Amino acid sequence: MSNRLVNILVPVISVILGLLVGAIVMLVSGYDPVAGYAALWNGIFGDAYAIGETIRQITPYLLAGLSVAFAFRTGLFNIGVEGQLLVGWFAASYVGIAFDLPMYIHLPFAIIAAALAGAAWGFIPGLLKAKLQVHEVIVTIMMNYIALHTTNALIKVVSDGGDNTGTINASASLKSAFFESITDYSRLHYGIFIALAMVLLMWFILEKTTTGYELKAVGFNKHASEYAGMNVNKNIILSMVISGAFAGLAGAMEALGTFQYANVKGGFTGIGFDGIAVALLGANSPLGVIFGAVLFGSLKYGALNMPNEAGIPVEIVSIVIAIIIFFVACGYVIRYFLEKANKKKEAK
Amino acid sequence: MDYIIEMLGIRKEFGTFVANDNITLQLKKGEIHALLGENGAGKSTLMNVLFGLYQPEAGEIKVKGKTVKVTDPNVANDLGIGMVHQHFMLVENFTVTENIILGNELTKAGIVNIKDAAKKIQKLSEMYGLNVDPNAKIEDISVGMQQRVEILKTLYRGADILIFDEPTASLTPQEINELIQIMKRLIQEGKSIILITHKLKEIMDVSDRVTVIRKGEGIGTVVTAETNPNELASLMVGRQVEFKTVKSEANPTDDTLVIKDLVVTDYRGIDKVKGLNLTVRKGEILGIAGIDGNGQSELIEAITGLRKSKSGSVTINGINVTNKKPRKITESGVGHIPQDRHKHGLVLDFSIGHNIALQTYYQDPISKNGIMNYSKVSELAQKIINDFDVRTQGEHTPARALSGGNQQKAIIGREVIRDPELLIAALPTRGLDVGAIEFIHQRLIEQRDNGKAVLLLSFELDEVMNVSDRIAVIYDGQIIDTLLPKETSEQELGLLMAGQKVNSNISTQGETTHVE
Amino acid sequence: MSFLDVLYFIVPSAIFYAAPLIFVAIGGVFSERSGVINIGLEGLMVMGAFIGILFNLMFVDTFGAMTPWFAIIAAMVVSGLFSVMHAVASISFRADQTISGVAINMLGVAIALFSVKLIYGKGQTDYIQERFIRFDIPLLSDIPVIGPMFFKDVYGTSILAIGVAVMAWFVIYKTPFGLRLRAVGEHPMAADTMGVNVTKMRYIAVILSGALAGIGGAVYSQSISGEFSHTTINGQGFMALAAMIFGKWHPLGALGAALFFGFAQALSIIGGEIPYVKEVPTYFLHILPYALTILAVAGFIGKAHAPKASGIPYIKGKR
Repeated sequence: MSNRLVNILVPVISVILGLLVGAIVMLVSGYDPVAGYAALWNGIFGDAYAIGETIRQITPYLLAGLSVAFAFRTGLFNIGVEGQLLVGWFAASYVGIAFDLPMYIHLPFAIIAAALAGAAWGFIPGLLKAKLQVHEVIVTIMMNYIALHTTNALIKVVSDGGDNTGTINASASLKSAFFESITDYSRLHYGIFIALAMVLLMWFILEKTTTGYELKAVGFNKHASEYAGMNVNKNIILSMVISGAFAGLAGAMEALGTFQYANVKGGFTGIGFDGIAVALLGANSPLGVIFGAVLFGSLKYGALNMPNEAGIPVEIVSIVIAIIIFFVACGYVIRYFLEKANKKKEAK
Repeated sequence: MDYIIEMLGIRKEFGTFVANDNITLQLKKGEIHALLGENGAGKSTLMNVLFGLYQPEAGEIKVKGKTVKVTDPNVANDLGIGMVHQHFMLVENFTVTENIILGNELTKAGIVNIKDAAKKIQKLSEMYGLNVDPNAKIEDISVGMQQRVEILKTLYRGADILIFDEPTASLTPQEINELIQIMKRLIQEGKSIILITHKLKEIMDVSDRVTVIRKGEGIGTVVTAETNPNELASLMVGRQVEFKTVKSEANPTDDTLVIKDLVVTDYRGIDKVKGLNLTVRKGEILGIAGIDGNGQSELIEAITGLRKSKSGSVTINGINVTNKKPRKITESGVGHIPQDRHKHGLVLDFSIGHNIALQTYYQDPISKNGIMNYSKVSELAQKIINDFDVRTQGEHTPARALSGGNQQKAIIGREVIRDPELLIAALPTRGLDVGAIEFIHQRLIEQRDNGKAVLLLSFELDEVMNVSDRIAVIYDGQIIDTLLPKETSEQELGLLMAGQKVNSNISTQGETTHVE
Repeated sequence: MSFLDVLYFIVPSAIFYAAPLIFVAIGGVFSERSGVINIGLEGLMVMGAFIGILFNLMFVDTFGAMTPWFAIIAAMVVSGLFSVMHAVASISFRADQTISGVAINMLGVAIALFSVKLIYGKGQTDYIQERFIRFDIPLLSDIPVIGPMFFKDVYGTSILAIGVAVMAWFVIYKTPFGLRLRAVGEHPMAADTMGVNVTKMRYIAVILSGALAGIGGAVYSQSISGEFSHTTINGQGFMALAAMIFGKWHPLGALGAALFFGFAQALSIIGGEIPYVKEVPTYFLHILPYALTILAVAGFIGKAHAPKASGIPYIKGKR
């Protein structure tokens, strides 16, 4: 069984199992799984508005997935996407309301601000990992909460004690009149192109540049990389910075596209954690991230239809997504046994 | 015969590899029985079978005359067999007492009774002259004392038969003396000991009988008092007829690699290379012979920049490369076939093609301005695959999937094609089949014929003798002698490797160890 | 307000907010000491919080004033069972323990919220009627100065929390079980050669951590929030994890750290009424626990050493 095949089988089987478990949960709870999944389907494809909103939902998922996947490729676990996203969201919103510039300057400015904010937020755990070998998991989780409180506090400051920055200037907006017209006024915005461009960028960096070559090598084998003359520390930090930048961009999507403002939040958006699911399912490859984002983005949005049409709480989809992650994590057992068989062959 | 342990006709296989082939070992009660053999001969495997960590494919084990099946270490413990591991099984931040009683704790009303346990251990320690502090933390005590804790573990569990696996590998000469005294004391108290080692001096000092293993086969058992290091060396090394590598005379010229008074410590801060001097010239292959653990690894790591040296110098073609970064050293014209090809040599998850680019990916034409030119990588990979006979389906195959021999050929190709002035080959044929071995030897000789300097590190005596133009023997962190292959013999090399110069005792660090 | 008044005001609140953290942090100590990282404590705590409220609402007529205590037991059992998922994945399937933990978190939150909507038809439960009662500890509460601070108007759960922490210290450092637990987390192969069943120890530790996280959640929901919704346990589990690290994986250290974090939280909520404190922007009080944890993990507050074998699946016979 080739590695390629396993890489595809494990996620596929996990998704099927996840949906199955979801059906069982629905049954056990007295709901009709068929009606449930039908409602889910309609929520995604039912009409132009639904399709528009679904694609809009997929947009930040693409970037969050890229963020996690990119870090994974360098052997790092970035659970800080939630926080990096929030600071990106704020940065973009702030630039959006604080300046009045022609669009071809204002919009890129806001987007870059978001990427920089996310990158800075990723830099700290990266630095700690490289220099002090501090595990990035705990640090990024803590940074998430710090980000939540920080952005809330900043929004309060910016809005003079209120809880909303106010709508950004149109010159920084990703809103699309064109999309609005064809999707019955869904919030689908131009950000989808940016997200797809980023997928291309990730692919380019990893597959075409020496930086990508180094990042992958360091992620796979620090020792051989060190012997090959690579600067392991620099690469670790770089990976977290790029990963953070992608997450910050996800925040920009929400700020400049979906909502057009930043508001005080009572909790995380969930996009960051779902980004982990996207990356895992997509086996950390750019193409896989597209599939993962499409799947989870659709599920997340389509779920909103389930209470209306089938009386089922939206959380059923969160359960399904969590089960899928769980199975993907356990699916590595197959890979493990494969590797073990290979190792035995080589040791002789 | 009063045998307390008998291992009869033991056969142990790992896949197609036969580690032990019909080996018989008989331990008399109250004796110290040495098990002698080179690296990879199968000594540890045999003992792991006795200790229950491995199950034999064929053969019989008898303890005190009764046939037994030792299915796991607990059974071995119950039978009175204890093992003092080469790599200690100690929890660093526990005390000595805690480590010894783990799994078998003395309790009083549910609480671990450390006080009484410590007292028991203190008594045992005194009884056997072990001098161990029951309340010390493992991370604070010396390696010698740690080993004595391992010994105490076996005694605490009532072991009558103790297996020592290469016990002196990490000890100072002083600690080795102490250990020898302890072993004699143990025998006095009625224990029986199997000593796994390759150090001839210790065998002569302390053992009663010696069983020799070579390449998985039992060669025979001799009484120590009736033999001598020469005979043991020849039994250990064997008189095999290997094909002589065809090569012309060497014509060495200028010095390429010059090492002066190099001192390198290992990760624990212990000196492993102790003021070493070595020169390799253009157009010659210098082979370093020695038994693992005498500083070879640290030496190679220091030369290639993977480890810092404490003092001394390394120059290549006149350029001082001491403590420079690996890339700088590589760019000074060094090629390196690393000892651990999976750790330092390859990124196993990369394709073999991408691995071939590891040293040159940042240079023109492989990349320009930060953009990789993977078609150039393919070209290079294809060339190496062809020229170096790397059997693979293509350069996209993951390195992991290639056999060891082909992985090694790829590494050699990668290094050689850069035309290095100095090629360092560390254990280049480890784990490879005969065909690959011959191929690699040819490549090394080719380099030498092209006027390059080659430094060969090997544990295989025949390899060193066949391939090298000069042989340097490393023992205890220094080069104790340099010889020409045609002026020496395997016996003499075997003796040198074990620290014995003909007609004199080699002393380590200037002190002579006394034989009792 | 005099300084003493401030203390009388703040200390009981600090202990009150710390109690749930203590339970969860101690659970984390057990799990990680055995070598299994348990990021899923947050999800397990959420489960516990939910079950606590659910049980309370459903059985308040049967058990009356004792209901909250039985609810805790129910939460303990459910979260303990839930943690078996993590145990199986991490120990037997050798899955990446962090990923498994993240999955458990998401699952815990999702299942709990789903069930709330299923049973109650809305996003949050009703408020419970029976809460934990406060009482004065006889004799001790009469001691001048410290009496009113520590022993008056005390929640039974706070006493239980401190008791659990002390008992955990005892078990881990004084009993054979604890010795083996620590050995398994530091050097599983050594423990294995000494006859300790590494797998069994790790399973027990993980299930214990789930049970304790459940208790912590149930204590939180029944004493602090009074109901369950999606904002009930918002990061409390991670904060407990932080307390464990800050306390250097030692039960008493975790206790101290949890008390400190409880203090920080209490400050951020009631600080507006204390002189000086009300000058400090609540922002800093909010981020204090998290920033401190980062400093602790980075080694700025002494070296924090996780058990050596933490996060590494034990593979028998691997040399």
